Amino acid sequence: MATQRIVRRKRKEQTEYFFDYSLLFIVLFLLGFGLIMIYSASSYEAFDDFNDGAYYMKKQLIANILGLVAMIVVANIPYHFWERFALFGYVVSVGLILLVMTPLGVESHGARRWIEIPGIGFNLQPAEVAKLCMILFLASLVCKMGKSVRSMKGFIMMLVVPLPIVLMIWKVTDNLSSAIIVLGIAVFMVFVASPDYKKFIIMGLLGAAAVALVVFTIVNAGDSVEGFRSARIQAWLDPESQAQDKGFQTLQALYAIGSGGIWGKGLGQSMQKLSFLPEAQNDMIFSIICEELGLFGAIAIILMFIMLLWRMMIIANNAPDLFGALLVVGVMGHIAIQAILNIAVVTNTIPNTGISLPFISYGGSSVVFLLTEIGLVLSVAKRIQLKEL
Amino acid sequence: MFTNNNKIFHRKKIIIIFVICAAILLFLFGRLVYLMVWRADYYSELATQLHERERSIKAARGRILDRNGTVLADNKTVCTISVIHNQIENPQEVIEVLSRELELSEEYVQERVEKYTSMERIKSNVDKATGDRIREYDLAGVKVDEDYKRYYPYGELASKVLGFTGGDNQGIIGLEVVYEEILQGEAGTILTVTDAKGIEVDEAGERRLEPVPGNDLSISMDRNIQEYATQLAMQAMETKQADSVSIIVMNPQNGELYAMVNVPEFDLNNPYELPEGTAETISSEEKQNLLNGIWRNACINDTYEPGSTFKIITAAAGLEEGVVTPESSFSCPGYIVVDDRKIRCHKVAGHGSEDFTHATMNSCNPVFITVGLRLGVDNYYRYFEEFGLKQKTGIDLPGEAGTIMHKKEDMGNVELATVSFGQSFQITPMQLLTTASSIINGGKRITPHFGVSALDTQGNVVETFSYPVQEGIVSEETGATMREMLEMVVSEGGGINGKVEGFRVGGKTATSQTLPRGSGRYIASFIGFAPADDPQVIAIAIVNNPQGIYYGGQVAAPIIRQLFENILPYLGIMEYNQ
Repeated sequence: MATQRIVRRKRKEQTEYFFDYSLLFIVLFLLGFGLIMIYSASSYEAFDDFNDGAYYMKKQLIANILGLVAMIVVANIPYHFWERFALFGYVVSVGLILLVMTPLGVESHGARRWIEIPGIGFNLQPAEVAKLCMILFLASLVCKMGKSVRSMKGFIMMLVVPLPIVLMIWKVTDNLSSAIIVLGIAVFMVFVASPDYKKFIIMGLLGAAAVALVVFTIVNAGDSVEGFRSARIQAWLDPESQAQDKGFQTLQALYAIGSGGIWGKGLGQSMQKLSFLPEAQNDMIFSIICEELGLFGAIAIILMFIMLLWRMMIIANNAPDLFGALLVVGVMGHIAIQAILNIAVVTNTIPNTGISLPFISYGGSSVVFLLTEIGLVLSVAKRIQLKEL
Repeated sequence: MFTNNNKIFHRKKIIIIFVICAAILLFLFGRLVYLMVWRADYYSELATQLHERERSIKAARGRILDRNGTVLADNKTVCTISVIHNQIENPQEVIEVLSRELELSEEYVQERVEKYTSMERIKSNVDKATGDRIREYDLAGVKVDEDYKRYYPYGELASKVLGFTGGDNQGIIGLEVVYEEILQGEAGTILTVTDAKGIEVDEAGERRLEPVPGNDLSISMDRNIQEYATQLAMQAMETKQADSVSIIVMNPQNGELYAMVNVPEFDLNNPYELPEGTAETISSEEKQNLLNGIWRNACINDTYEPGSTFKIITAAAGLEEGVVTPESSFSCPGYIVVDDRKIRCHKVAGHGSEDFTHATMNSCNPVFITVGLRLGVDNYYRYFEEFGLKQKTGIDLPGEAGTIMHKKEDMGNVELATVSFGQSFQITPMQLLTTASSIINGGKRITPHFGVSALDTQGNVVETFSYPVQEGIVSEETGATMREMLEMVVSEGGGINGKVEGFRVGGKTATSQTLPRGSGRYIASFIGFAPADDPQVIAIAIVNNPQGIYYGGQVAAPIIRQLFENILPYLGIMEYNQ
């Protein structure tokens, strides 16, 4: 990358702070691209429902602006400022999740996952708050533990601390996908914090074995096991067998992807967004991207995400301290897991579960918190003294 | 805090995380390549099926042409009116206009307009003028599709032979059913791209799969002969106040049917019309039975006791077996005793002494009973089967009735005696005519038929139909003898009324009493063929329940005479005297 070369050339004489324009540009590109795709995917239905084709796009634009403001603010505050709020954030997460059960909770799409912020008519998903707070809390925890991170006790502690939040998100807000993301963020951060490899390899193998076992039992037991999730697994293995039911959305997404072909149908030309694929602007937006922009549009998005992760890797590796590095790793893990799971769901690589595509899918709280996290990363990047490189 | 030592493993781990994530993303990209390149055709095909809504376009049904190319069954453009629930903007107006223009009740239209289906047909076979008027209203959600309706230019002509078609242009009875596959063609489709709610996507346009019109069917019927025969039949039915009259005209050499008349006929353009005076309260089942009765083709769907015309078969069997010659002499006292039964001749005083030719001319029952008895049950039954009387004729019309005949083991002399002069069993008129043809043509059992060939829209022959012919039913010699004897019947015997000036005509009359005996209901019939020495045309006339004089020679023979007087010159059959 150009920046890197510039950095190398200047490393001897300069003591300037670093601002990662590449990262910012990638994020802005994804946001802009997301707005275009939201408009394309939703205008048909939006016009039907609200008589305004740009309805969803406008709402998302407001959320984006809000998020960018939050990002700029956070980027200009030294990140150690937030360290003192780590425990507070953890408690706030728990509180917000529990609020879902109160009358403030909002039900939508058959699940109670949102809370209403009185006055501004903006619904907040506590799980998004929890993701950010988890990153902050774990980063601060690891720093406080110091050398004891390396002990078995420390390792177990790092794994146990996030679990209450994970379980609450899963059970209280009935949101398995967010629970998986929070758990994944935690695992990533602990992996970086701990010098050990063996434990993680064993954990990975155990996890894989558990997943295989679950799938195996469900396939063999057929319909008898816990209806909802087993039907989901069967729909994953053979979406056409459940075309009218659990496999419907997946199959519609596959139709969209498959009919895109190499070159795509052209921007705005998707057929599947014409109410065939319900709420195409949400979790399944990637399939509309595939249908309209083809394989090349899809690889462009995937490459943008890889570049985004790469920039964050650079920042994490050059962070002035462990706290900063772990913050960036957490954000990196968050974006990586969400992007991977989303694309995997859309392509029916894993069973269907609701995960949005970072920066692109429609969804206000998601993008505001993601941009706040990017603000954190930029703040860490600013602390990198070019001389240190 | 971030010591160099620590930094190294942290960095390594961060890089590992990045590499793993990038690798998974690249794997997902591979999965996309698979879906979007290898599976693209499969999924786009499924997606297209999902997006397109079908409307079928009827194929033009093939026409039916007579032997001279006259169109007997044609198509005219009509419209089908349907509504698409999701596209209707003003349901009240749609209901009002459609019920008014189509003369349907508002409830009927409303029910269909409100039904949540992708497309609901309101009425088909609407004439083009009405369709155009509805189109001019330009109502959203109302579709006017043009298609074809069967149209029969000659109305009642040969109604029970041609048959008619139903709402989907499918054959219901007659030739329309038998030649369905040739006539129907392949329906086309209009594919419209719609969204998930069924609303058309304007810019996507339509895709049309053009229908393939059906092939024309060329039949052996001659419109002129059919028309003339119909006139004669109508005349006879009126003057004799008969229940019905049937006439079949056929080429005895190859089985081509020139005409098949069953009066009263019905209007092919309006086949569901009930006769005047029918109570409106009848149930739909009764109505259907009534219609089935109207549509029945008595020549092939009904059986009857042939009576004396069947003596042709008895004579042929006797001659073939050698138990009798034209010169064999007999004596008729006016009755004959078979076992314990006394069977009367129609001439109570008896015919006295006569040879076999004269016995045929006189239609003398005791003589034919004698011939039958000389043959015996075994032989008679064998000939009955060999002549093909126990099988169906194989005519290309639906619903041919089978022969009702004694079982061989149940047949005694009394049964044999009655069968010998055409009683106590039943065959169809078509069967009788076919069997008589097989005897007088010198032993070829032909298959009666109408279908000759299938033609494409340009008139090229696509398929020529062939029909089985069984040779050697009787010897050529027996055939010649029968022709001579039957010519005598017409020139000097009981069939004198069938005589046509200047032509050699052969024939046989019959007067059969219908069951139950003593009801006073008779069937008068006559089979005639010409020229007698080389038959080119054979015809049968059957008058069902004539009032007043009921003898076949008086009632049915004149019909065939008038028919022959006109059609023999028409068919170009040479006059005998020239």
